[in-house]
Amino acid sequence: MVTKPLTKNIDMTRGPLAIAAYESADGYQSVQVIAGGMSPEAVLQLVRDSGLKGRGGAGFPTGLKWSFVPQGENSPAQKYLVVNADEMEPGTFKDRLLMEGDPHLLIEGMIIASYAIQASMAYLFLRGEYTASERALKKAIGEAYDKGLLGKNILGTGFNLDIVLHTSAGRYICGEETALLNALEGKRATPRAKPPFPQVSGLWGKPTIVNNVETICNLPGILTYGVDWYHGLTKGSDHGSKLFGVSGKVKTPGCWELPLGTPIRELLEDYAGGMRDGLQLKGFLPGGGSTDFMLPEHLDLHLDYAEIASVGSRLATGTMIILDNKTCPVGMVGNLMKFFAHESCGFCTPCRDGLPWVDEIFNEFESGRGNEKDLQILHEHVDYLGPGRTFCALAPGATAPLGSGLKYFAEDFQRHIDEKCCPYKH
Amino acid sequence: MAKIVVDGLEYEVDSDNNLLQECLSQGLDLPYFCWHPCMGSVGACRQCAVKQYRDADDKDGLLVMACMTPASDGAIISIEDEQARDMRERVIESLMISHPHDCPVCEEGGECHLQDMTLMSGHNYRRYDKKKRTHRNQYLGPFINHEMNRCITCYRCVRYYDDYAGGTDLVAQASHHHTYFGRHEEGVLESEFSGNLVEVCPTGVFTDKAFSEHYARKWDLQSAPSVCTGCAVGCNTTPGERYGTLRRIVNRYNSEVNGYFLCDRGRFGFDYVNSDARLTTPVRQVNGVSTAIAESQWQALLEEFTSGEVIGIGSPRASNESNFALRCLVGDSHFYSGMSDSEHGATQLILELARDRAFHSPSIRDIERADAVLVLGEDLTNVAPRIALALRQSVRNKAKELAASCNIPRWQDAAVRELAQHERSPLALLSGYATRLEDVASDSLIDTPAVLANIGHAIAAKLSDKAPAPVALASDYSAAVSRIAEQLAKAQRPLIIAGTCAGDVALIRAAANIARALHASSGQVTDLCLVVPEVNSIGVGLLANKDNLLSAALEKMHSAAVKKVIVLENDLYRRAGHQVVTDALASVEHLLVVDQLPTATTAKAHTLLPTTAFSEHEATYVNYEGRAQLSFQVQRNQSSAMPAWRWFSDRRQGNVEAIVNRCAEEAKDFAKLDDLLPDVKQFVAGMKVPRQSHRYSGRTAMIANLNVHEPKQPVDDESVLAFSMEGIPSMKDATILGAAWAPSWNSNQAISKFQDEVNGELKQGHTGSLLIERTDPNASYFAVDKPAKKGKKGALQVAMAYQIFGSDELSARSHSIQKRMTDAYIGISPEDAEALGLVQGDSVSLNGNGDLATACIRSRIKPGTAAVYCGDNQINAHSIGESLLISKSAARSDDRGISGLIVSDLYEEGY
Repeated sequence: MVTKPLTKNIDMTRGPLAIAAYESADGYQSVQVIAGGMSPEAVLQLVRDSGLKGRGGAGFPTGLKWSFVPQGENSPAQKYLVVNADEMEPGTFKDRLLMEGDPHLLIEGMIIASYAIQASMAYLFLRGEYTASERALKKAIGEAYDKGLLGKNILGTGFNLDIVLHTSAGRYICGEETALLNALEGKRATPRAKPPFPQVSGLWGKPTIVNNVETICNLPGILTYGVDWYHGLTKGSDHGSKLFGVSGKVKTPGCWELPLGTPIRELLEDYAGGMRDGLQLKGFLPGGGSTDFMLPEHLDLHLDYAEIASVGSRLATGTMIILDNKTCPVGMVGNLMKFFAHESCGFCTPCRDGLPWVDEIFNEFESGRGNEKDLQILHEHVDYLGPGRTFCALAPGATAPLGSGLKYFAEDFQRHIDEKCCPYKH
Repeated sequence: MAKIVVDGLEYEVDSDNNLLQECLSQGLDLPYFCWHPCMGSVGACRQCAVKQYRDADDKDGLLVMACMTPASDGAIISIEDEQARDMRERVIESLMISHPHDCPVCEEGGECHLQDMTLMSGHNYRRYDKKKRTHRNQYLGPFINHEMNRCITCYRCVRYYDDYAGGTDLVAQASHHHTYFGRHEEGVLESEFSGNLVEVCPTGVFTDKAFSEHYARKWDLQSAPSVCTGCAVGCNTTPGERYGTLRRIVNRYNSEVNGYFLCDRGRFGFDYVNSDARLTTPVRQVNGVSTAIAESQWQALLEEFTSGEVIGIGSPRASNESNFALRCLVGDSHFYSGMSDSEHGATQLILELARDRAFHSPSIRDIERADAVLVLGEDLTNVAPRIALALRQSVRNKAKELAASCNIPRWQDAAVRELAQHERSPLALLSGYATRLEDVASDSLIDTPAVLANIGHAIAAKLSDKAPAPVALASDYSAAVSRIAEQLAKAQRPLIIAGTCAGDVALIRAAANIARALHASSGQVTDLCLVVPEVNSIGVGLLANKDNLLSAALEKMHSAAVKKVIVLENDLYRRAGHQVVTDALASVEHLLVVDQLPTATTAKAHTLLPTTAFSEHEATYVNYEGRAQLSFQVQRNQSSAMPAWRWFSDRRQGNVEAIVNRCAEEAKDFAKLDDLLPDVKQFVAGMKVPRQSHRYSGRTAMIANLNVHEPKQPVDDESVLAFSMEGIPSMKDATILGAAWAPSWNSNQAISKFQDEVNGELKQGHTGSLLIERTDPNASYFAVDKPAKKGKKGALQVAMAYQIFGSDELSARSHSIQKRMTDAYIGISPEDAEALGLVQGDSVSLNGNGDLATACIRSRIKPGTAAVYCGDNQINAHSIGESLLISKSAARSDDRGISGLIVSDLYEEGY
């Protein structure tokens, strides 16, 4: 019984499986299922039944998202699938593992998703720095074309699909699906207003689904082994397995496929090997740079969307960043603020002009010039940059570590002011 | 209609709009930056945050951006909510982080939307004490200053310049708080509509360069409602004067004509008014020696013209009043329009069509609504620029249709564009050379006027079998003909455009046939827009006899049949061949010329009288659609110059209202002219309306260097306006609204306070009077013109080319415009250039008659044809003829060159 459908073929000591080896490991079975006469509606229903939620960060049910694509005679004939492989969330390196380790799994998933939404064109929007992924994907796409798994009339189904691998010029905002679409169209990577959602008016104004790499990689298993198998993978209330990563001062940082619902403590202690000697856990961001801090007291919670949300954070990408007791939390948050300020696309005012101010204040805290007035301004920015106030989710994401950092590490902020220096450096 | 509740009060609103627009329409104050009444919403600045409640029981509410939220029925919002106010204060605080606060030295100060919104949002004390981000500025040409440090990144400039006006060279660059709006490299902004950046920018990033050089605050400018005299569109403007010089021109809103935008000729082409070359004194000229003459002398000289036979040559650049007064003086039969024969003929044909009930002459707003357009021959960007800008909006109607089908509100500007991408309403261009609208055209056919007219007839024949059949047409055009005919037939509001500038009346006839065929098949009145080149071409065309051709007048002069001639503000060397004019003028016994500036014709005058410029008198003009508009006097002319009509009137008496009334009574078609005059009764206690703002400063000190006594304010006997701060400002009456101002709204955005609703008509104002009544029942189709004879062997067939900067006589005398003018050029195909051994920029001799032009090799010109641009009458257009022999010349014509020329198809070898 397959328990790690995402990583079963991955062995980083060797290159990814070529198409023949991949096929003999149940690869492209799902395409055979489709060729066997499964309708797009049936695929969509299966994905809905599986309970798969988007793995890009927001956790939106995938089947539901697909169902918003207008179908039928009156809908635009051209539809697009776009795979978001612009992995830039701080601390996140899960999609890279999938693409470098098993590119055929992604291509297989893309065929399924495109078939379900009846897209004859799929774009893979890849982070420019992921050159190894690019090489692996290029090779795999070529092999899939050669085998007739891509192109015209795939396996005699009458279904056509072309995949274009687009290497991005980079920027964090391209992870926002509508900014990604603008970038793909050759425009400035700024987000679009929603509504209209991309499902209705997306790439080049046509119905478009944007899914994350890991989300897509879940699809072959669901079609090949079935919904019941998929439901059996989890230990919690959400379905399937997920890649979880740990970075920071742990003994063995890395990325592992685990059932959803695995206790955080198990990930941290059994897989990441616990904290390095002499260090203690002070807090952690559970799902990348734009999630709220959690504390050691939360270690017994499970890696499950709802459970993480219950303490005010988000599972998001599922890749943890660990804060230890010898690292300055103000410095850590400041580092993230510098990142977010730099990656703001510059479209809306609070994000564009608010984050640099926040960044400047952290610089001053770092250099011992922090003061109460500026601390107050930081607090104000948590609200000012919050959801509903900005044009997209970038700035609200930045306020997650900022707001929770100010709350949990208030004492550290105060010491920076009182001692007129960073207490961790002296 | 829908009902919404704002802070507890109920309002009736249009649910097709967003909350911000509807709040402003209701007169509520809600700050904003990125939204623009004409460009819709994108939600970038976050300044218009309000609180929206789910229902009456919802006490918490949710912050929303008013510009991004539909004004749906039952919406409950609060502008005053504390959280919303706090959000708006935070936004303005962040916008001001890097703003230099250089208001005292900033040209925008005093009419700055950012200043207004900062105050309105309640941001008083700056808390940001870190380093500001700074930018480097760029040289953007002679029109616009660039001061990027003031930028608040609202994206209005690029949304206007690129999305609205079709520019490509002003772009948003870099990102986060380094976002930069500029060109990829320094250089002249290419768009013909760049000047609107000055008004679109909510602060002082883009400011008027010429204005900066002789700057005055908005409140120190004396201003009055005026009409642009740069072309026949008649955009409404507000010129501003101080210390006796005209300082700048800004847009004056007219819902039917120019809306919010002007072209650069109109905005920057005025400063000939301030020119040192202006004629200031009546002079007698004998053998090239001019002597100033006293009043008794010129009175006596003018007396000569009140008896006997006198030829009066009017002018399409002079007002109705001046042309009418001249006509009264010399009599109908001796009055001439002053246009060239061909243009006079074409104008008369246009006037004939203007009476035809099958057609409607569309306003700019109507043009924006067209959903399929065919342009026959005209280079609109260069002859009637504001129409070209309107066509750029018309092609977007397809996008709005698509958006409606996807339930995307039309005001969601970015979403509508993203949905439609390159889908546009059809715009077919038939022209002699590639025009600047090609980038949005569905078809662009380039050929000689005769062939284009024939294509037009072919389209008409496709639309109705009653339309006369074309002569045989090259088969490569048949697909385009069918396509264009189908697009026009399918359209709800098709529009056909032609005009006099393409120089072939056959194109106007073909356009009329197409419009008639559309009328026949749909039964609806069809929009037929016939463009003329000058501000009052239509006015003088109505006043002049159809059969009075300039050539006949010149012949009468040459043969000395008539010995006395008056030329009104007209340089005849622009209207007929050089030799013909010289011969005619030389034979005249007494030539009286009245004009503002010296010309080749004034040099020949025996008596030369100075006239006032557009800003120095009250006058009416009739635009291309037959719309008469009133332009008020802004400033006094301190010299002896008078409005031309006064020189012609009995004892130099009377006021402008009297002559307008007389014109309305006596001149056919002008009956509605006096509707334009403001009703004095509506003013409070008979008080006049001040031309100076209530903040006008320095009145007592302005001439203190000359005299410390404050002189009495000059009295204006003629109009309802006063040269003063005193009186009752036109707070609501928009007929006499100079600069819009309302409490808290010092910038041009105050205009919403004067509109019925945002983008609506001005309250109590009117948009002008349409003079020409359509009384003629359906006329019949024009016969198809016979194909033209072939020209001389090796000769090029000529089409006249125009340039927005240079083709108009008066604006070409303005400094900023001169900086953009190029040498006269001859546009030829790469094939012909190669055959003639010409490269780009070579000097070319035309017909070997001494005329020189610069070779301009354009990739889209048809071999065997040439597009000739005459420069500022550097070449006499009437001497060229229909075909042209050219050769390379060693002599250089002009030092301007053509490197500043902005055309889309300049040929570059290797491309």
